[in-house]
Amino acid sequence: MSRVVYIYKAFERFWHWMQALLIFFLAATGFEIHGTYKFFGYENAVAYHNYAAYALIILIVFAIFWHFSTGEWKQYLPTKKNLMAQANYYLFGIFKNAPHPTKKTVLSKLNPLQKLVYLGLKILVIPVMVISGLLYIYYRYPHQTNIEALSIESLAPVAVIHTLGAYFLVAFVISHLYLITTGETITSNLRAMITGYEEIEDNENLNEEIEKEKAIEEKKVESEKKLESEKKLETENNQKLIITD
Amino acid sequence: MRKIILIVAVLFIIIVSLVFILRERTLDPDNLKTLADKYQRKEKSAADHSKFPELNRKFNSPQEVTETCISCHNERHKEIMQSNHWNWEREEYVEGRGIIHIGKKNAINNFCIGTEGNEKSCAKCHIGFGATDKMQGYSDSTNIDCMVCHDNSETYVKGSEMGGYPDPSVNLTLVAQKVGSPKRTNCGVCHFFGGGGNNVKHGDLEMSMFEPTKEVDVHMAIDGANLQCQACHETKNHMMKGRVYSLSSMNRNRSECEQCHTSTPHEKNILNEHTLKVACQTCHIPVYAKVNSTKTEWDWSTAGKLKDGEPYEEDDSLGNHTYLSIKGSFKWGRNLVPEYQWFNGNASHYLLGDIVNDTSKPLVLNTLHGSYSDPESKIIPVKVHRSIQPFDPVNKMLIQPKLVSDKSGQGALWVDFDWQRAAEVGMKDVNLPYSGKLSFIRTEMNWPVNHMVSAKDKSVQCVECHTKNNSRLAGLTDFYMPGRDANSFVEFVGKASIILTLVGVSAHGLIRILISRKKGKK
Repeated sequence: MSRVVYIYKAFERFWHWMQALLIFFLAATGFEIHGTYKFFGYENAVAYHNYAAYALIILIVFAIFWHFSTGEWKQYLPTKKNLMAQANYYLFGIFKNAPHPTKKTVLSKLNPLQKLVYLGLKILVIPVMVISGLLYIYYRYPHQTNIEALSIESLAPVAVIHTLGAYFLVAFVISHLYLITTGETITSNLRAMITGYEEIEDNENLNEEIEKEKAIEEKKVESEKKLESEKKLETENNQKLIITD
Repeated sequence: MRKIILIVAVLFIIIVSLVFILRERTLDPDNLKTLADKYQRKEKSAADHSKFPELNRKFNSPQEVTETCISCHNERHKEIMQSNHWNWEREEYVEGRGIIHIGKKNAINNFCIGTEGNEKSCAKCHIGFGATDKMQGYSDSTNIDCMVCHDNSETYVKGSEMGGYPDPSVNLTLVAQKVGSPKRTNCGVCHFFGGGGNNVKHGDLEMSMFEPTKEVDVHMAIDGANLQCQACHETKNHMMKGRVYSLSSMNRNRSECEQCHTSTPHEKNILNEHTLKVACQTCHIPVYAKVNSTKTEWDWSTAGKLKDGEPYEEDDSLGNHTYLSIKGSFKWGRNLVPEYQWFNGNASHYLLGDIVNDTSKPLVLNTLHGSYSDPESKIIPVKVHRSIQPFDPVNKMLIQPKLVSDKSGQGALWVDFDWQRAAEVGMKDVNLPYSGKLSFIRTEMNWPVNHMVSAKDKSVQCVECHTKNNSRLAGLTDFYMPGRDANSFVEFVGKASIILTLVGVSAHGLIRILISRKKGKK
């Protein structure tokens, strides 16, 4: 038994694919700047790399806003629950056709390993790449009619960190591309990220869970409203008292 | 709602990218035009010297011409007599030596080695008359040679080995009546022929610069701005901006591209940012000696060979001397790619009598100071001239040999071809000891390349330096340059992590495929 669920929202998919595109392009131009091969021409590679970097930064700003405004950031909170089971699944269970230890739901799209890796990307690798990249671009900058420089002894540490991050991102992309084939079917994860809809193993409790969550939310809101109205009443009463005095 | 957010986001990204693309400032074309007008303007002389009765006479000696000049320009000779062109030396502060006078009198080069004892020949390029072995006559203002710089008739020439006197064929009256502001020919007649022939020394200053095309030099091109030397080497009271570091030591009074072009002349900021560490010349002079060859190597140790008791010469296919009995063997080069060095405007020189302790590597006669970490330093293009020249291994000094003489038997190498005698007499002339033991050591001289600027589409491209193989800056290893450098640890860790990931996912995938096949069979 399975159901089709709308799991990835429009912006989420847009963000994902834009980010993928930009990271591929940044890697292509970046490794030319690194001297790994020649394709765009050095000057073009530098210019394109910078434009793509600005585009990525803008995208990241939107993504951060989206994550906080929708509360989706909670998806990335790391958990120990099922962490070992998930690792165990990738190492052994998958070969025995064992079931996924973590059930994908709208409320919890990521398995504990994903949570950990994506959180690492979000709070460590991407910020380090953005900051070292901005230093790379702006450690020398035009000021009035002159060129000024930050007091960095050498570009070496900036470049070394930026390069190391780039290698790790490439390694991440490779494993990411492979691991998306480990869904229900080989393409089910990919299809989900394109269409937004994914066939999810039926979870009898899913509806109940959602209902529960909703109920809790509603209760909260209600109780807050109650509290507020009570407060209002009180203040009104107080004012009345003052007036009658 | 979602769609609206999506559209707004896409639009925003497109707009911001467009802003960045269109942000590049376009250079004001009027700017270039004003510059050209300003520096291209034809100097209009304030006076026609042919109309002065004082100059309409026969001159019996060149000194009489000078006297006549001074009779009107009655303060100029004082300026001249304080100038480097007259004194052939200047007072400079040199680290480790203090304030010293440094010039042709006490510095040694690796071409004809030095002027001491050879003044009569060298004085062909002194702006004075009557230089003798001891350079007497330096205090007499009538010995100033005004004509060599101010002759506009193009007929004035100095005689060979005549102590700076003009060739007897020169019509002094004609020259005196046609004086004016110096032209490229006036400067070039000395500065293009230093070292005893065209383009021997500089590599970027030679005959083709009398009337260069745009290909050779964009500034002086006769089909372009047609600038004279003083356009950049701005001159006030006979003092020119600019210095050549074969003899200069201090970072002052330099002639710089920024005088006209500012320090941020490019449309692209990424290029402007390079100007912090890279001199303009480095990118804009991709090759030098574009027309005629320049000397790159000089081996004095082979000098003195004779054929049938007579000196001889050998030439290459371009007519460059490859061997001269008087000077030794040479190597020449054309369209040369410069070598690159850090330079902060300060240099130190080997001076006569300095002790050389380390002979394991070539002795640099003029060390250019600078490094990446020095904020004053920039990368400059340099012609390095390499030599093997006479050395006294006991006293550990470079030898100043006696080269020129008008008579045989006076010890001059170029007449008697006897190294021992030439060393003995030469060192005695400069009051230095000579042990009697003669050997040869390798020396290097650095000639910053500043001329033969190419058009901007011919300038050095990014990838000529930012590359792992054959980078133009391969020799400068004290800094990290993207495209050329990589940290070996990062490369190892980075590549290893990619390879391990690839191996891991392929193995994992392979096992999955094999297992699913087995199951399919069942």
